[in-house]
Amino acid sequence: MKKRRVVVTGLGVVAPNAIGVPDFLEAIRMGKSGLKYVPDFERLKYLCHVTGRPPFEWESLREIIPEVTFHGLRGMGIGFGLRAAVDAWQDAGLPLETETPRWDTGIVFGNSTADSALMQNVMRRVDALEVKKLGSRVVEETMNSGVTAYITGRLGLAGKIVTNSAACATGSQAILMGYEYISSGLADRMVTGSTEFVDTYIFGAFDAMRVLSRRFNQEPEKASRPMSRTAGGFVPSSGAGALILEDMDTALQRGARIYAELKGGATNSGGQRGGGSMTAPNAEGVVRCIREALRISETGPETIDLVAGHLTATLGDLAEIQNWSLALDRKDADFPWVNSLKGMIGHCLSAAGSIESVAAVLQIAHQFVHPNVNLEEPNPEIVKRIDASRIPTASTPAVINTVAKANFGFGDVNTCLIFAKWK
Amino acid sequence: MIMDRHAILEELKKVLGPYIKNKELLQNINETTNLIADLRVNSANLVDIVIDAEAKYNIEIDVDSAEKMTTIGSCIDVIQEKLGQPS
Repeated sequence: MKKRRVVVTGLGVVAPNAIGVPDFLEAIRMGKSGLKYVPDFERLKYLCHVTGRPPFEWESLREIIPEVTFHGLRGMGIGFGLRAAVDAWQDAGLPLETETPRWDTGIVFGNSTADSALMQNVMRRVDALEVKKLGSRVVEETMNSGVTAYITGRLGLAGKIVTNSAACATGSQAILMGYEYISSGLADRMVTGSTEFVDTYIFGAFDAMRVLSRRFNQEPEKASRPMSRTAGGFVPSSGAGALILEDMDTALQRGARIYAELKGGATNSGGQRGGGSMTAPNAEGVVRCIREALRISETGPETIDLVAGHLTATLGDLAEIQNWSLALDRKDADFPWVNSLKGMIGHCLSAAGSIESVAAVLQIAHQFVHPNVNLEEPNPEIVKRIDASRIPTASTPAVINTVAKANFGFGDVNTCLIFAKWK
Repeated sequence: MIMDRHAILEELKKVLGPYIKNKELLQNINETTNLIADLRVNSANLVDIVIDAEAKYNIEIDVDSAEKMTTIGSCIDVIQEKLGQPS
């Protein structure tokens, strides 16, 4: 069967620097930071005292979910995910209410860990012999499929309902899986995306790995410095992103606005071999993943206008640029534009792929490249391989027909997506 | 403070409110109204209603008593009993 074309018709985003598409577009054009100093992280003797949290008003959920659902809802990651998904649904011009199940629409939505703030309450109650006081809602809010289940219920989705998890590749992998269901004819429409809530304890676990930014605690907006000479670790952040993917003909029939086409993608692993490990990708796996994404999407490497990198502000940045250069066979001034959203918002972990994909689609729809912030001085090893002019530090109007978006996660999992201007 | 059955019913409406999708169903409740069949409360939420009632009236409701709380009348019976009031 011929593959069906897949388009992006709705976007929703709950990012540390903005909530909702209009504000997010403005924020990424301006290079607005969402990073803040957290006094509690200093008190707890963390090395990193900075994180990005969306300026989210919990009560605003009342606008999109019934009181029956809102009453007793505590899971922050679920709240972020619900907001992003419902916003994306409405952005796609689809009606929120339905009496009948939507048999033609499914969901792939990802996340990482059970909400440890909720689990802390479970442990306290249980240890105090008060299990009776926990109520009925803890299981549904701490199960890994919780966020997916809440979105499914709100929108009446009734196709494939999947929760995925692949660490920092979660978001882009969710989008890819949604694409695959539609392109192979198994669904007409998929809600895709991911959420992340880095609470105090999860943050502490990352801090203990000593991979976080610690030299800019006094200047939080400077703490995340992808591709910079002074990059010194990443900043874990929270948020959610969602994309509504549709079969192109279905979208055209209902007169939907089309942001961009998702031409395809690939996901693989380097097998934690050949330099790959639990925490670092095998370079060969990355290169294969990018090349496979190009093959599936029938896209020539010379047509890539923008590389929307994973680029976390660690030692991995140089390796990533080398891998892109090898996979695309492009270097110096011939390298595509390249940027990382993480300078503005930090690393949203399982939500990184979905929030950054929203940014990638917006850069196609509005024909610009968002700035790389905190890049006063690029890593000299990086600019030996690609021309510094390809790493813009200001918002740059540009012809952006094709974007390669990748994320790489713990477990040595890679995902690469190819978005293109819809024609 | 002694609360009569009517006063308890009025307070109980506030406890039940967040668990009832269609608020109009609360207008005509009486002692025979069934929480699940008539008010369409999600059965999983009965336990949350009991916990909210415990907090509201500052009482402890044991599991056996909680299981009896299926209608407005039986809810009032249990709450009155736990408040140590004559029914």
